Amino acid sequence: MKILVGYKRVVDYNVRIQVKPDGSGVVTDGVKLSANPFDDIALEEALRLREKGLAEEVVIVGIGPADLTAHLRNGLAMGANRAIHVQTTDAVSPLAAARTFLKLIEKEQPSLVILGKQAIDDDANQTGQMLAALWDRPQATFASKVEIAGGKVTVTREVDAGLETIEAELPAVITTDLRLNEPRFIKLPDIMKAKSKPIDVIELGSLGVEVADHIKTTHYAAPPKRSKGVMVKDAAELVAALKQKGLL
Amino acid sequence: MTKILVIAEHLDGKLNGATARAVSAAVATTPESIDVIVLSDAPEAIAAEAAKIEGVSKVLTVARAENAHGLAAVLAPQIAKAAAGYSHVFAPSTTFGKDLAPRVAALLGVSQVSDVMSVEGSHTFKRPIYAGNAIVTVEVDAASTVVATIRTASWPAAASTNSSASVEALTLDVTLPSHTRFVDLQQGKSDRPDLQGAAKVVSGGRGVGSKENFEIIYKFADKIGAGVGASRAAVDAGYCPNEMQVGQTGKIIAPELYMAIGISGAIQHLTGIKDAGTIVAINKDGEAPIFEIADIGLVGDLFKILPELEAAIGQ
Ligand SMILES: Cc1cc2nc3c(=O)[nH]c(=O)nc-3n(C[C@H](O)[C@H](O)[C@H](O)COP(=O)(O)OP(=O)(O)OC[C@H]3O[C@@H](n4cnc5c(N)ncnc54)[C@H](O)[C@@H]3O)c2cc1C
Ligand SMILES: Cc1cc2nc3c(=O)[nH]c(=O)nc-3n(C[C@H](O)[C@H](O)[C@H](O)COP(=O)(O)OP(=O)(O)OC[C@H]3O[C@@H](n4cnc5c(N)ncnc54)[C@H](O)[C@@H]3O)c2cc1C
Repeated sequence: MKILVGYKRVVDYNVRIQVKPDGSGVVTDGVKLSANPFDDIALEEALRLREKGLAEEVVIVGIGPADLTAHLRNGLAMGANRAIHVQTTDAVSPLAAARTFLKLIEKEQPSLVILGKQAIDDDANQTGQMLAALWDRPQATFASKVEIAGGKVTVTREVDAGLETIEAELPAVITTDLRLNEPRFIKLPDIMKAKSKPIDVIELGSLGVEVADHIKTTHYAAPPKRSKGVMVKDAAELVAALKQKGLL
Repeated sequence: MTKILVIAEHLDGKLNGATARAVSAAVATTPESIDVIVLSDAPEAIAAEAAKIEGVSKVLTVARAENAHGLAAVLAPQIAKAAAGYSHVFAPSTTFGKDLAPRVAALLGVSQVSDVMSVEGSHTFKRPIYAGNAIVTVEVDAASTVVATIRTASWPAAASTNSSASVEALTLDVTLPSHTRFVDLQQGKSDRPDLQGAAKVVSGGRGVGSKENFEIIYKFADKIGAGVGASRAAVDAGYCPNEMQVGQTGKIIAPELYMAIGISGAIQHLTGIKDAGTIVAINKDGEAPIFEIADIGLVGDLFKILPELEAAIGQ
């Protein structure tokens, strides 16, 4: 069985994002970039399935500009067998990303596709569900536990009401939640080994994917700031302050 | 012509409060009509509740045994079919809506606007990105169907009226997939106010220290009639179940009063409480970032302060 994993590069989660004064975007120059945390979890899960003998090959996919190579090398160092780099300098909408994955699926025929539940830059939380729809296959989003047996995958999902378990026939799309696993750290020898692993580069334009987007981002703004409030010195003062606001 | 279809969320035969919040966003879009669609194995009681929401023109029901468990793969093709003739499809930005709406959008061949915070025009919306550290204005092409999820914390629940909108049963000729099956749902049982609708919420973080210690949070919350939340660190450490997580990847809430107890105030946690009325922080570290956004801060040991608070509040 082959597993395809979404491996998106995003602004590191520790970076405090600044909106450009003219509202044309956010400042990304010189900002630290890392793998989307949910995608590290997706890759870790795929590697564990391979280590359990349930999969033979783990292929990571990155859609983005030419300098994505170093990021993909990290995924290879973590343990992926190979990488596919779909090259484009344009912003790719979740629908276009899903259409791109579908093209790769037609070629690669994976039994399982694991994506992050959301990318922490745009927080769209769409790509996996859209891919499952276009592929006409099951989706198991927000996964916190994955078990594969007998051509089926059983997934525990983190939902608002608690934990939902569903069962889906393979092939299927899974999107990861934070508690699915803890991704491993990359070791130095693995970085060396990763240098010889293959990265296929495909031009997005050559895939015949419809990328035109009917949603335009016209303005970026900083969120309204909450101002620093008051400090109280003890429980009695706190209760008095809350009573005064009518909250107790 | 603006005609909006709102997808109803329900569980155990009851309408979820998030639906009325999505209706509020629909009202703000000033459409000709707002219809609510209820897909269930037994939609009647849910539809009757939905029919009472102010602003709703009509409730459509789709009764099928397969609709018993709200699986996205099963619901999406039915909604995509029912969406013909509508300019907008809205769902609440809950795990139900987040799972379902993109699947509907892809079947309709459109992108989705996630987490609508405000409506600026029939095709113009504001939504958060980067964990709420930037707010973008997005414009949907006038010719495309707008599929959007509604950030529930940004919208009040539309009021309930005494009159009822009409309820109409729909029969949709759609073959449903059988490749996805519901197994079970483990629900946290609690008599406390629901986290997403509660007027007051008390949350505990890693500072609480253990599952046993978390009792002190529950006890205090019960004293003031609050719902209970938690930071990711507290959930990861097993102090409390996942459905209590507040933040970028948990629940986004907007209670009148939010009390963060033993929570440092990481950016991902703050994303979940930005719209709260009054934020109170109790933390033993006076330098904790939570104090930068708290309306009222108290530096000290939570294990000492919470009993003192209970005593000060009195009976
Ligand atoms: C400066 C800037 C401007 C932008 N402008 C626009 C714009 O005008 N219009 C617009 O629609 N978008 C724009 N984007 C969006 C950007 O291209 C997003 O990647 C895209 O919208 C996908 O959203 P998401 O990653 O949040 O999707 P999600 O659905 O949150 O992603 C879920 C998962 O899908 C997979 N995935 C998604 N994308 C990729 C990828 N590229 N490579 C590998 N795996 C992937 C990953 O596994 C990821 O965890 C802009 C982005 C930036 C940084
Ligand atoms: C992609 C991503 C998504 C995330 N999503 C979320 C999310 O949705 N929600 C979320 O909460 N986090 C999220 N996080 C995690 C977040 O970054 C923080 O790690 C987390 O919020 C920290 O939780 P905490 O404040 O409880 O723990 P800590 O940061 O460890 O803080 C504990 C606090 O307790 C105080 N304390 C200790 N003992 C006492 C005492 N006796 N009395 C009073 N105070 C005491 C300490 O001073 C400290 O400030 C996410 C992280 C990532 C990378």
